[in-house]
Amino acid sequence: MSTLAHHEGPFDRALFVAGAWTLAIVWLLPLAYAAWTAIHPPAFVARFELFAPLTAENFVRAWNAAPFGRYYINTILLVTMILAAQLVLCTLAAFAFARLEFPGRNVLFALVLMQLMVMPDILIVRNYATMSALGLLDTILAIGLPYFASGFAIFLLRQTFKTVPRELDEAARVEGCSLLGVLWRVYVPLARPTILAFGLVSVSHHWNNFIWPLIVTSSVNTRPLTVGLSIFATTDSGVEWSVINAATLITSGPLLIGFLLFQRQFIQNFMRAGIK
Amino acid sequence: MQPTADIDPRTRPLAGAAPAETAAPARRGWRLRREWVQAWLLLAPALILLFAFTHLPAIQTVIDSFWSTPRGRRPAAFVGLANYARLLEDPIFIRAMVNNAIYAAITIPASIALALVMALFVHGRLFGLGFVRMAYFTPTVLPLIAVANIWLFFYLPGIGLFDQIRGIFGLPARNWVGQPATALYAVMMVTIWSQAGFFMIFYLAALQTIPQSLREAAALEGASRWTFFRRVTWPLIMPTTLFISVNATINAFRTVDHIFVMTQGGPNNASMLLLYYIYEQGFRFWDTAYAATLTVVMVTILAVVGIGQFFLLDRRTHYR
Repeated sequence: MSTLAHHEGPFDRALFVAGAWTLAIVWLLPLAYAAWTAIHPPAFVARFELFAPLTAENFVRAWNAAPFGRYYINTILLVTMILAAQLVLCTLAAFAFARLEFPGRNVLFALVLMQLMVMPDILIVRNYATMSALGLLDTILAIGLPYFASGFAIFLLRQTFKTVPRELDEAARVEGCSLLGVLWRVYVPLARPTILAFGLVSVSHHWNNFIWPLIVTSSVNTRPLTVGLSIFATTDSGVEWSVINAATLITSGPLLIGFLLFQRQFIQNFMRAGIK
Repeated sequence: MQPTADIDPRTRPLAGAAPAETAAPARRGWRLRREWVQAWLLLAPALILLFAFTHLPAIQTVIDSFWSTPRGRRPAAFVGLANYARLLEDPIFIRAMVNNAIYAAITIPASIALALVMALFVHGRLFGLGFVRMAYFTPTVLPLIAVANIWLFFYLPGIGLFDQIRGIFGLPARNWVGQPATALYAVMMVTIWSQAGFFMIFYLAALQTIPQSLREAAALEGASRWTFFRRVTWPLIMPTTLFISVNATINAFRTVDHIFVMTQGGPNNASMLLLYYIYEQGFRFWDTAYAATLTVVMVTILAVVGIGQFFLLDRRTHYR
């Protein structure tokens, strides 16, 4: 389209393509370099030979050097628990904000929006004290609990619910559907794209989250992958870089592979979640 | 909408003829209240958790900042503004604030500019579009902890790709992360790398809303690509730029994962940022009162950003 719309010669076009590709290659370099060392023997850490022998040895050594299997289970439990809780709690709240009239609605919604600015991520000192008082320190529940009520999810779902035609809502009620029935049969199915988009954002955010899990966990049985990786990479200074790079790829693997497989959907869903 | 109309005395005689209608005001009141109860029940679980882990801790943090840290047998004592006085005399706090200001002043415009360039590159026709877009977006998917490891290796003195490229030009090896002069900038590169692709998505979404007719009109006028961008695209995507700016500002204060892996705020506090300092005071030195005071500063900064956003963006009726 742009060739039609703009007066540009083939030279401009070539420059444009070259710019796009140069940036893409520069952008991939750090990751490509890490991947190179992870799949080659340590001797090739800083030597680039096209036919250097490939090996899975670094991955095996990384996997055996730290309990990554356990970290995986912890992270999967964590992101599943957070997403499930967020979807239930925030769908209910968003529905109330979108379709019910009640005193205090605007004030409460403003308080919800405040969480977009002042998030639990920075209130770590106080939330740690709360978890300590609740006796929840070093549990997976404690990592997730502050994120269950997501202001972002409530906001996003409320916006979506507001676009549902009133007629559908009323028709369902005339048929004798209860309030929760209407929510479940009319609103939730229509909000499926938003829910999917939010789900992707939530899972990738909490898969990658680090500081709060670092603070509240203190044992192998609760640590998620990010915390496990940071401990592995910083305490064992004797570990070779090729092994650390392998461990780095192990922790980000599923998200990376998921992204590469479903790139289009991923980007579209991030776009949907981002548009306000 | 008009509950008063029903109890208007003038309608009484008419309404009296139909008993169902006299019951209407009462039932409406009851239904209205039932709706309130339903709404509050739906909201309760989410709001209780929201208050418990966002609003109450924020208030409690402010209160804590006026008290001393309980240590051993000595309970917390009211100290007034002593913690704040200490802030002003704390060279590390001042260092962290200056660092954070530099960090924000460079990473925000750089990320935004790159995000826009990326979006313009992959919006529309391009040879190998899928690959290029993937290359831009991939860093965003990685955990920042993993990103930090990758870059630590990239920066490795002598061995890292960065120094190898410099070696080709005969430049000496340098310890990018380990020197006070370069540590903060080394960290900033990582931030930009990990977030530019994310912001690109917002710009891509915005570019898709620009009507094709404007392009055609501009083409008829013989406008160049640059003129079209300056006169049409840039003004139209302004709300997106503001939105991204706010997000980038929040990120500049709240995202410090990479500091943990790369520098731990060092060397000699050269890369100390506010949130990392809060962590250090709160969980290394266990000085919770001082950490609370630092958190108040943080909350204030984010609140100002939030209020700023409200005034800048709300004209576009974002929250309707």
